[in-house]
Amino acid sequence: MITFEDVTKRYRDGTVAVDDLSLEVPTGAITVFVGPSGCGKTTSLRMINRMIDATSGRITLDGQDVREIDPPTLRRGIGYVIQQAGLFPHRKIVDNVATVPYLLGWSKKKARTRAMELLELVGLDPGLAGRYPFQLSGGQQQRVGVARALAADPPVLLMDEPFSAVDPIVRASLQDELLRLQSELRKTIVFVTHDIDEAVKLGDTVAVMRVGGRLAQMAGPATLLTEPADDFVREFLGRDRGIRRLSFISAKEVRLSPSPSDLVTDEDGRALGWRTADGLAAHGTFNPETDSLRVALDAALLSPNGTAVAVDEEGRVRGVAGRDAIDELLAEYAPPAAGRAPGGSSGGSSSGAGDSEGAPA
Amino acid sequence: MNWLADFFGDAGHWSGPDGIPVRLLEHLEFSAAAFLVAALIAVPLGMLIGHTGRGALLVVVAANAARALPTLGLLVLVVLLAGVGTVLPVLIPLIVLAVPPILVNTYEGVRGVDADLRDAAYGMGLRGRQVLFRTLTPVALPLILLGLRLAAIQVVSTATVAAFVGLGGLGRFIIDGLATKTYADVIGGAVLVAALALAVQFAFVLLDRVAVSPGVRQVR
Ligand SMILES: Nc1ncnc2c1ncn2[C@@H]1O[C@H](COP(=O)(O)OP(=O)(O)OP(=O)(O)O)[C@@H](O)[C@H]1O
Ligand SMILES: [Mg+2]
Repeated sequence: MITFEDVTKRYRDGTVAVDDLSLEVPTGAITVFVGPSGCGKTTSLRMINRMIDATSGRITLDGQDVREIDPPTLRRGIGYVIQQAGLFPHRKIVDNVATVPYLLGWSKKKARTRAMELLELVGLDPGLAGRYPFQLSGGQQQRVGVARALAADPPVLLMDEPFSAVDPIVRASLQDELLRLQSELRKTIVFVTHDIDEAVKLGDTVAVMRVGGRLAQMAGPATLLTEPADDFVREFLGRDRGIRRLSFISAKEVRLSPSPSDLVTDEDGRALGWRTADGLAAHGTFNPETDSLRVALDAALLSPNGTAVAVDEEGRVRGVAGRDAIDELLAEYAPPAAGRAPGGSSGGSSSGAGDSEGAPA
Repeated sequence: MNWLADFFGDAGHWSGPDGIPVRLLEHLEFSAAAFLVAALIAVPLGMLIGHTGRGALLVVVAANAARALPTLGLLVLVVLLAGVGTVLPVLIPLIVLAVPPILVNTYEGVRGVDADLRDAAYGMGLRGRQVLFRTLTPVALPLILLGLRLAAIQVVSTATVAAFVGLGGLGRFIIDGLATKTYADVIGGAVLVAALALAVQFAFVLLDRVAVSPGVRQVR
């Protein structure tokens, strides 16, 4: 666990980048620092590995004050990924990844073997190992940056906007990859971003910061979406909070009905469409095992009759869920009736926040 | 062309204490000595100043002051102070000439390394000296070599002045040729100096190939 205790950072020019920050970063989970530009996210992150030293207050790593540890030693035990990857241009990919193992005195052979494992772990072709960084795409370089940070198997990983320099499609795949990795590795990750969607997607916990390095709210993403602490957080979260929150509810609990006769399937049991007078109509599917309620609702909205088709991994129909079934679950996960602020937290000022009241019965 | 044939075709020019091989060797000796001393001063100094950021003013001042100094003037001055016939008066102006390009380019190379890269190096847990030697220097190497090359070429060309103070080297052909109006010698000597400068240039191209990482060479 990493703890911030009354941490303040005042730069030499007098800028207070972080003001009296106290929070706990739980072990084995992703904690995201998010907030507008200049709010002190990077400063907060870099105080953990002492790239910056706090002006006052204390940061502890598993109970030990980081100030008691010599910075290079501390940093070798903490993975660090930065925005532009920061790969060493003069070293081959494999040696870039093996940087920390070399520093720790591993033999060249052992370090390189480890580096090859890591390239595979982050989804890179081992054939890239002998290339130089300039021969890789931005997305590939970023993966190498992650592999390099993980090379010596540090328990803690610090990531400062690691995916913000790549295009949205690559970013989404890097995010998915990180989640997959994390489900295997269970590192303590502090992830900095100014993109609230990224924060909500990746964070087990999200710390929203406001300018001046003050913590506005720290909560799980679903809670954040339904119960923003104040107007600043609400505004920062943006539109469609109600819909977006559904991403955090599993579709597993959606009550399924047997497949009706007007759902046409092929011989393997895969849905082809709904039978109508004019022929087959489009249908939407969701996999209750892996998808969220948001996907289920989306599937229902895609079908002319408002019924979502539940399928298994192979795409075979397992049943259907009408809007009534989806609405039952929506009601179950309705936000708490008592709003936090007098203004109420579920309606808010956002026009997109129709929430469950708006769904048809 | 006749003059060149006269010079290079004369068997007498290829042997004895006044022959091309001996003069060439002398020339290389002065040049190499001056170049090595200059490199030993300027490379570490440039690296240190580039890495720490301390003493940057020194680089600027040294560069401008040295650029303004006339080599021949300095030579005469040193000779007056040290006396004719010793090697030192020749070496000092050559060293003074060679230091600035090496110092400036080494400094610029090290200081100019991308801040993110420097940051990443520290962030991985490299210590200050490791950052300098394992990251900054290899990345700055093309510029460092450029400085060394410029210096070497200047030294090789300018070492001709050794002849002014009665020392050997290829300058002898030029100075003596002028004195005796043997223009074949003047031209022959000048061609040899130019060829030597080209050879130095070529040697550095090879060195660049061998020493600079392909990853860095491509980036530039
Ligand atoms: N070295 C420095 N000297 C003085 N002020 C600084 C320094 N570094 C950052 N600041 C200031 O401290 C504040 C916080 O900076 P920081 O880099 O932590 O923000 P950030 O949240 O990471 O922003 P971004 O999303 O733009 O990366 C800003 O006002 C910034 O201008
Ligand atoms: Mg930042």
